[in-house]
Amino acid sequence: MALLSLQSVSKSFGALKVTDDVSFDLQPGEALGIIGPNGAGKSTLFNLITGNLRPDSGQILLDGRDVSADSVMARCAAGIGRSFQIPQPFGHLSVYENLLVAARFGGGLAAAEAPEFCMDILRRTGLAGAADNPAGGLPLLSRKRLELARAMATRPRVLLLDEIAGGLTDAECVELVATIRAIHAEGTAIVWIEHVLHALNSVVGRLIVLNFGRLLMVGDVRTVMNSAEVREIYLGAEV
Amino acid sequence: MMKTTCPAYRPLALAILAAAALAAVPLIGPRAVVQDLFGILCLLVLALNWNMLAGFAGLVSVGQQAFVGIGAYTMFAAVILFGLDPLAGVLLGGLVAMALAVPVACFVFRLNGAYFAIGTWVAAEIARLGLGQWKALGGGTGTSLPKGTTRDMLGVGPVKEWLGVSSAAASDIVLYWLALGLVLATLGVSWAFLRSRTGLGLQAIRDNAMAARSVGIDPVRLKALVFLLAAFGTGLCGGLLFIQITRITPDAAFSLLDWTAFVLFVVVIGGIGTLPGPIVGVVVFYALERLLSDYGSAYLIVLGLFGIAVMLFARRGLWGSLSGRTGLELLPLGHRAPAAAIRP
Repeated sequence: MALLSLQSVSKSFGALKVTDDVSFDLQPGEALGIIGPNGAGKSTLFNLITGNLRPDSGQILLDGRDVSADSVMARCAAGIGRSFQIPQPFGHLSVYENLLVAARFGGGLAAAEAPEFCMDILRRTGLAGAADNPAGGLPLLSRKRLELARAMATRPRVLLLDEIAGGLTDAECVELVATIRAIHAEGTAIVWIEHVLHALNSVVGRLIVLNFGRLLMVGDVRTVMNSAEVREIYLGAEV
Repeated sequence: MMKTTCPAYRPLALAILAAAALAAVPLIGPRAVVQDLFGILCLLVLALNWNMLAGFAGLVSVGQQAFVGIGAYTMFAAVILFGLDPLAGVLLGGLVAMALAVPVACFVFRLNGAYFAIGTWVAAEIARLGLGQWKALGGGTGTSLPKGTTRDMLGVGPVKEWLGVSSAAASDIVLYWLALGLVLATLGVSWAFLRSRTGLGLQAIRDNAMAARSVGIDPVRLKALVFLLAAFGTGLCGGLLFIQITRITPDAAFSLLDWTAFVLFVVVIGGIGTLPGPIVGVVVFYALERLLSDYGSAYLIVLGLFGIAVMLFARRGLWGSLSGRTGLELLPLGHRAPAAAIRP
């Protein structure tokens, strides 16, 4: 059974159809990339999956169970973790506390287990040295890492990454990709929206192309990247 | 920015010392001072509760007088209608205030920001007008506690015997100690609460509500919990206050000025969203009140100007600014990373 399944999901803001009859399945442990020009409805799709937005029609299934009416909190507890495109740290809390709160709530960990669990994630994401620093004062790379680390602390089975490599230098990007690949290798399924294609394609197996809210194409990376239609719409709009 | 945190025992030792000194006041101080300090301690209880609401849960209520009034009226009803000890009435007052906070929350939690504030005020006015209809407790003109109520109150007899004072003085002393106990309990519970999982969640919500939801924190649930607890503390305080005042009217029990505006002033000048803030605020308030007590209503004008000055020039309040500038932290709320784990 698919871990996450979208079935004919649609969402409109007024007359604008931002998500138009989108369906796809994500298998347990799979890594799936989502690409498409700006305004194609990629982040909206994430908001529909996490519950920040409710679909006008269609269903979102997690383990075959319809979660379309569940709250953001319930979906987080059910295993959907998410990193925001623009980092949203708890600015007055320390880096460690940002993870601790996620582990205690979304991750459902007890007070005794949470600290070591959080430190383990901080070490793996290269943030251990900054554990007691206030999260509000971090530089961009650390903020991106914190988004990833905090989402990990909720113990997700599917991790939604929203343009996490955007704005990083090549060297920073390589590091982050290595971390994401390690997370994926441990069996966490990933859905990743990204414009930095070389980063994305080094992790995911399949790509979804969105355009004007519609699902234009689904397929393995090579097929999608070689498609003339995608090159025209996606790369044409970007270059 | 580095933060210097005192070793845990030092603020604790300081707090015990201060509490002991305050507890000893009735043994040496004149009765007028005890009565004055009782009022101030009650104001501090209200301030600590309001600070939890506005400073930590982001619930800027201007209707907390509702719970003072409900607590006070419950205490009166317990004494006059059911013949209970006033202190049992105080406890009931807290419980009734918390119970009535449930329907109030159902109404005001649909509102946000300024609308929430107005909603709480409306709820307090409804409570005031409603209790003004309660004929058994004097309706709009109010009523007094029966003569001898405080004399027979729990604890007054032993204190009278022990210290060799009049019944009236002994009841003042009992109330004073209870108010001090309530301050310490409120402070202790607030600190433990804010250091708990729930408190950490509350601070995350304060920083970023959207991100908080996405890591599984339910903002409405946590805020409702704080609202109920604050109603309990505020209701207890209302009952206690009106044992000493001995007379109740709807206007006095639901006074916006006495039970919310002054409280707001204390928290804002002291440092909203910090635990020591209300303590600093109440000390400044008391000092100003003593200094300016001979000047009548000019006192309120100076108080207002001082409040505005703090809001303009020390926006985090006196304690907040001091703490921000020196890095000093009493009653720290942070969770430090396990030390051994930081080393690679």
